[in-house]
Amino acid sequence: MPERIYGIRHHGPGSARAVVRELDTHPPEVLLIEGPPEADDLVRWAADGGLEPPVALLGYATDDPGRAAFWPFAVFSPEWQAIRWAVRRGVRVRFFDLPYGYRVAPSAASPEAVADGAVHPSPQAKGPAGVSGTAPGAGPKTDGEHLTEAGAGAGPENAGEDLTEAVPETVGGHLPGPGAGAGPDGEDTASGPMRPVDPIAELAAAAGYDDPERWWEDVVEHRGMPVFEAIAEAMTAIREHAPEDPDDLLREAFMRSVLREERRRHEDVAVVCGAWHVPALLRKVPVKDDTALLKGRRKGKVAFTWVPWTYGRLASWSGYGAGVRSPGWYHHLFTTGDDVVTRWLVDAAGVLRAEGVPTSSAHVIEAVRLAEALATLRGRPLAGLAEVTEAAEAVMCDGEPLRSELIARRLVVGERLGAVPDDMPAVPLVRDLTAQQRSLRLRPDAAERALDLDLRQDNDLRRSRLLHRLTVLGVPWGRRATTRRGTGTFREEWRLAWQPEFAVRLVEGGMWGTTVVAAATARVTRRAREASALAEVTELVETCLLADLAEAYPSVLAALDTRAALDADVHHLMAAIPALARTLRYGDVRRTDVAGLATVTASLLGRVCAGLPSAAGSLSDDAARQLRDGMDGVHQAVGLLADESLRDRWLATIGSLATRPGLHGLAAGRLTRLLLDAGRLDGAEVRRRLRLPLTVGTPPAHAAAWVEGFLSGGGLLLVHDEALLSLVDDWLADIPAEAFDSVLPLLRRTFGGFDSGERRAIGERIAGGRSARTGPMIMIDTGRAAAPLTTLGALLGRPLSVGGPPPGSAVAAENAGEAGNAVASEKTEGARSAVAAEQTGEAGNAVAAGGAREAGSAVAVAGSGEA
Amino acid sequence: MNDGTIPTAGEKTAGGRTAIEQSAIDQTATDQTATERAAGGQGPAGVMRPHAEEQYAEELALLAAADERPRPPGWRLSPQAVVTYLLGDGAKITPKYVGPRRLMEVAVSTLATDRALLLLGVPGTAKTWVSEHLAAAISGDSTLLVQGTAGTAEEAIRYGWNYARLLAEGPTDAALVPSPIMRAMRTGSIARIEELTRVPSDVQDALITVLSEKSLPVPELNTEVQALRGFNLIATANDRDRGVNELSSALRRRFNTVVLPVPASADDEVEIVARRVAQLGRALELPEVPAAMEEIRRVVTIFRELRSGMTEDGRTTLKSPTGTLSTAEAISVVTNGMALAAHFGDGTLHPGDVAAGIVGAVIKDPVSDGVVWREYLETVVRERSGWLDFYRAARDA
Repeated sequence: MPERIYGIRHHGPGSARAVVRELDTHPPEVLLIEGPPEADDLVRWAADGGLEPPVALLGYATDDPGRAAFWPFAVFSPEWQAIRWAVRRGVRVRFFDLPYGYRVAPSAASPEAVADGAVHPSPQAKGPAGVSGTAPGAGPKTDGEHLTEAGAGAGPENAGEDLTEAVPETVGGHLPGPGAGAGPDGEDTASGPMRPVDPIAELAAAAGYDDPERWWEDVVEHRGMPVFEAIAEAMTAIREHAPEDPDDLLREAFMRSVLREERRRHEDVAVVCGAWHVPALLRKVPVKDDTALLKGRRKGKVAFTWVPWTYGRLASWSGYGAGVRSPGWYHHLFTTGDDVVTRWLVDAAGVLRAEGVPTSSAHVIEAVRLAEALATLRGRPLAGLAEVTEAAEAVMCDGEPLRSELIARRLVVGERLGAVPDDMPAVPLVRDLTAQQRSLRLRPDAAERALDLDLRQDNDLRRSRLLHRLTVLGVPWGRRATTRRGTGTFREEWRLAWQPEFAVRLVEGGMWGTTVVAAATARVTRRAREASALAEVTELVETCLLADLAEAYPSVLAALDTRAALDADVHHLMAAIPALARTLRYGDVRRTDVAGLATVTASLLGRVCAGLPSAAGSLSDDAARQLRDGMDGVHQAVGLLADESLRDRWLATIGSLATRPGLHGLAAGRLTRLLLDAGRLDGAEVRRRLRLPLTVGTPPAHAAAWVEGFLSGGGLLLVHDEALLSLVDDWLADIPAEAFDSVLPLLRRTFGGFDSGERRAIGERIAGGRSARTGPMIMIDTGRAAAPLTTLGALLGRPLSVGGPPPGSAVAAENAGEAGNAVASEKTEGARSAVAAEQTGEAGNAVAAGGAREAGSAVAVAGSGEA
Repeated sequence: MNDGTIPTAGEKTAGGRTAIEQSAIDQTATDQTATERAAGGQGPAGVMRPHAEEQYAEELALLAAADERPRPPGWRLSPQAVVTYLLGDGAKITPKYVGPRRLMEVAVSTLATDRALLLLGVPGTAKTWVSEHLAAAISGDSTLLVQGTAGTAEEAIRYGWNYARLLAEGPTDAALVPSPIMRAMRTGSIARIEELTRVPSDVQDALITVLSEKSLPVPELNTEVQALRGFNLIATANDRDRGVNELSSALRRRFNTVVLPVPASADDEVEIVARRVAQLGRALELPEVPAAMEEIRRVVTIFRELRSGMTEDGRTTLKSPTGTLSTAEAISVVTNGMALAAHFGDGTLHPGDVAAGIVGAVIKDPVSDGVVWREYLETVVRERSGWLDFYRAARDA
């Protein structure tokens, strides 16, 4: 045979051992390994002690680092062992998989381009696991066998997996290791017919093994048969009946052509590739068929580098199915000669002891016995990962899930982190940042300088987003300076200073993604998932907005929903609502899921409504104050939401709460006031309730708090709100003389809190007598009223014209009139809208009144803006 | 047959002493029932609940006949057959436990390696049920039971005395009243202890010698009882009671722990509930109510959602109430609903029949659970299509 083909199981320690053994017996002149040919030059690094597995080859499109893929290697990967073997002996290594450049090619001609979208991280997350519902067409092509695409967005999480291989979850409940499966695997769950994801694991499962490596050992190694011939034969049999993946055919065509080329030059060629491909490489295929298949494909420009990897990312730990589930176990299998079970359980005891759990040798002895008994019961010759895990759980963990998780994390997955030499070329995240700095004309500079951004301008807006995103990544290049005048929301001030250690953080940030936006998205997503308090998540909502991380939005919202559900403290929930309502109302959440936010806000409000009544019982003064502030916030927010049904629900809740006996006076008074303002209570009812605190049954402190709650909001309101003032006035006048003495202290207490100017104004209003203010007194000069309209129109952002029907509500007009003094109107005690109507009538000039009202409200708006 | 009735099967006693005096008096009287039981095999007619080995005698015989694998000494079945007995074989053998196979395998392997087995789990996860069936399958006798309570005395674990005889004859073998554990040691059977963590710590520790030396000394007679092969111990303990009387680490070390989880999938749980409800209904001779799968599914869904703090579609997170909401409680809610429907309703199970039961099961703590339940009703139940009837019924309940 001109060449030896070693069909391996990716990341299979058994395969790794067998490959090294074979290479030692039959040293080849050249070694072909399944992997991206563009990375050939990087092989030499494997000789460097600084490159320590687990590491991954990172390939990305040079013009768009968001499209990237990883080919991870662990010490127990057959490919890694083969590379090491070759590098040590000076044998040439050549990667002979389909070049990655084909996959990133821009043209639609190549199928893969589709799937590779830079934006979309998930597709690659690999289909196999079924995680990402990739469209059927696209899925399979993207992934290679052994690569993971790290899409832009998801960065670490999805990328974690590396390997394309998917895990055969389908097969047996507990397949620990498959991930690596035979190369073939790529993908597929989403598409219809699929080829086996990890054929060796399936062979093992068919034989009743849930750990393919144990199967390899028992069945393949211990039989003394020529390992790779046996595997090749088995694969040939399987492939005859399995559906073919077009992507595989393409890759295999390329592999064959490389193989032909090498065959011409060398006598001894060795090939290390996924077992799945072996039959295809052995098959006789005419050269022209292969060239036909490969013709016309375009190649994109890609760059490769080594990056450190971790066992955690190698494992499908974060919920993605692809990958090796138990790298730590494989590492153990690969590096431990005999007594696999005993040594493993001794290590497990060590992990527990390190955490202060007393674990004796007797525990280990019993665990070993149990593992062996389990293997016997299940009819297996040797205990595998499932048996040792269950034995450790039953004997050492006392049924505490935390302890078994500890073992799983420290041992089964392992916390090993790879390393790459310092002189390795830069990571894509840094390149992306450099490119953005150039295009935004924002040079990194160690000296601190101020930057004033006007967000209405495109370039400044993009700068602001970049700075926000970097902050998310832990690179606080710019810090927000809160200073100086100007409250405009379009203005942002920053202080910029580039620190040398940012370079390191960027490299670390590289694990989150290959572009700034992708990395920031992944980071925010992760933080949202890990957040433990509601406040953290609300903050992230804002971050998403500022940094424009639309992709992170759904997960942040989901986290918000989760936190809100778990947070039992109604105060926290209430505190979260105003910010969300503001975002909904004013935020320019572009292209994001505003509907999602609305739903979350609505459900948050629902929870508040459900929880508020029970949170309002037995309050101390401080707690009541907090509750009042919270309710005020929610009440305002509900107004902003402009959703009638929510408003009804909220008002119904506080309506029933307000009358609850035993409610703290402050809250009860405040609620009555809110209901009055909302029009839910009429004057008579409010007067009745106002009187109640003065009756004998009420303790004075309660009464005082009630009045305080009712009138809180400042004396100014009382000055200007005619209806309220008259209500209070009537109520006071109604108090019988003998009771007045006891009420007086309460009133002093409340009114004493007002500003002295306010008190005087109230006094003047009362003293002036409301009747004095009746009577027409206005002549509106239409010409003068029209003069400021242009300016006001600019402020309000809509054209105003004299005579246009006033869109503002009558109430607004009235308030505005007072605040701005624009309209000298008169007030009666009737319904507020009636006032407006009356005004109009009396002025005898509807047009003028309309214009004036508009003007009034504009002034009010401007005024409040200033305030 | 020296069949002293130290507190057995579910008989919770206020104090060890009372139980023993009681048993001394009963001793002669029980001879009759004991013989009756021994003779009848199926237990006396009219018994509310026959023991597992009586109720499933046929299945056990079937398994024993077909079982050709090696049996550990003192076992009536091979470990594989015991696992089959518990999980069913899809044909003649009905499943007793619906859940992960590996748990039963670990449990059986534990007993086969002479280690004591501790079954942990929240209330209602079939701990007692599993232990009863394990004992029935392995030793053919599930009656060697000690109910652990705060008042369980050492006599219940080791041995007591028939005081009348003790006074008359002095310490003799005949005056000794063996505990279920001592009897299990003598016969090489499985003994069971319920709610081990409720037993006071000093009493618990009486088990240490039994478990490590497999012998129980009787200093008064200067003898000891050595366990025959086949003796072992199954204890159950409640997760929620952790810390009440935590096992000493010396004792803990002698147990292998298996945690029984709540059912993994809704379908499993519906199956469990439906099967038990049907069995119970027959046992209690309730009038036939067409098993309303829809209501059962609803009850199970509510229990699962509240228990896991997440709706089944994974979209909404919920608070969990303080109670455990076990499958056993779901069973009793449905049974209760059926009784309501049969006796006071129109004979079909309506949402209203289960609603009151559910509210009672969920709201254990009137304040915090009330909020949880209202929140659940308003945010989940109300929005769910087809649940309007239930929403109304639950709101009014």
